[in-house]
Amino acid sequence: MCLAIPGRITFIDGNTAQVDFGGAVRAASVALVPKAVVGDYVLVHAGFAMQIMTEKDALETINAFRDVYGA
Amino acid sequence: MAPENLPGMEDSLNRHELVHSIAVALAEEAKRAGRSMCFMEVCGTHTVAIARGGLCAMLPESIKLISGPGCPVCVTSARDIDRAIAVAMIKGAVAVSFGDMLRVPGSLGSLETARESGGEAAVVYSPLDALALARENPSKNVVFLGVGFETTAPAIAATVLEAQSSGVNNFFVLPMLKTVPPALAALLSDPQCAVDGFLLPGHVSAIIGLEPYRTVLGRHKRPGVIAGFEAADILHGLRLLARACADGCYDVENAYPRAVRPEGNPVAADMVVKVFEPCDAQWRGLGMIPASGLRFRKEFERFDAGTVFGLDVPETEEPAGCICGRVLAGKASPEDCALFGGACTPSTPVGPCMVSSEGSCAASYNYGK
Repeated sequence: MCLAIPGRITFIDGNTAQVDFGGAVRAASVALVPKAVVGDYVLVHAGFAMQIMTEKDALETINAFRDVYGA
Repeated sequence: MAPENLPGMEDSLNRHELVHSIAVALAEEAKRAGRSMCFMEVCGTHTVAIARGGLCAMLPESIKLISGPGCPVCVTSARDIDRAIAVAMIKGAVAVSFGDMLRVPGSLGSLETARESGGEAAVVYSPLDALALARENPSKNVVFLGVGFETTAPAIAATVLEAQSSGVNNFFVLPMLKTVPPALAALLSDPQCAVDGFLLPGHVSAIIGLEPYRTVLGRHKRPGVIAGFEAADILHGLRLLARACADGCYDVENAYPRAVRPEGNPVAADMVVKVFEPCDAQWRGLGMIPASGLRFRKEFERFDAGTVFGLDVPETEEPAGCICGRVLAGKASPEDCALFGGACTPSTPVGPCMVSSEGSCAASYNYGK
């Protein structure tokens, strides 16, 4: 139930953002991530963006796995 | 589904070569530890990912995984379910919740059966949908069933603040929220606790950060690793746990930095503190755990369905033969239950661990473990 899905913010009006989940666009609140801007990836749970994720962090994860496990 | 990753990452983190390499490294670390180890995956979303990915088959024999109390629906007490049913039966009220809640049996049936006998219950995706329902139906009292952990609590707190600022006076919450670190402390204070390390929940941690676990796990000298939800994330997390055991090092490590900052999300955590305060809470299977629940602060009591509607229901007992309590405490496996797969299946669940898709019984039934 703590499942959270990443999506990209395409539009923000006040506390309400439109978030694109790989093609499906849904509204989500950005009340918990006031620094979020259009273009950011956010992790969405129960209609609320709860954390901002950056492409840099994602690539670092992939590279870290590659460095440690050589695969 | 493609959780927690930016586009493309899910594929990257489930590649066979990578997963295989991590499994080999995990086996080496387990060998170095030189003893049997029992790790608990606390989070129900991890339980499902492990079962669905068949990850148990990739573990060395010396590592045993057990499921923890991290399925919010599963740890909701039968008495709380009865209170939710009492809400649904109030004339002019509608009980609104996340989908899993509807089928959980209390002692008086479930919300679903309450609906069949004239009660009103609706399913939403977000507490904001419940608030919208209240706005659209001013003659109804809309009660959101506040089930969840630290991940969900900020969403509910933010919705209450929104209801307050926009003057919606027919929206209420029945708070059944619970917090994870006190539950870990309760598990560890049992002298029979066999858990050598904890795979910590990624999205609870995205809110609370690392510190709350350090206090609890440090006191009991157990390592913890915060992990993401792909195959590589989970096996890597287990490898770090095995390494910590081999080294005798008992820290909390963050193996999910793409979603978890060390300090968590302070804006979200502050919002929870503004609306709620800690209280003792009854966990199915674990009993009463001090300061492990959240109740409304005085200034928000007008939103508290328990106070407003006076939902006093009697104490309840577990269904006969059901061992969900022992499963949730990590003391029994789903397969140990005489009802498992016979009298109790996902279509005719007896206990909560078979109802929720994140329950360990449902995961074992659907995927084998």
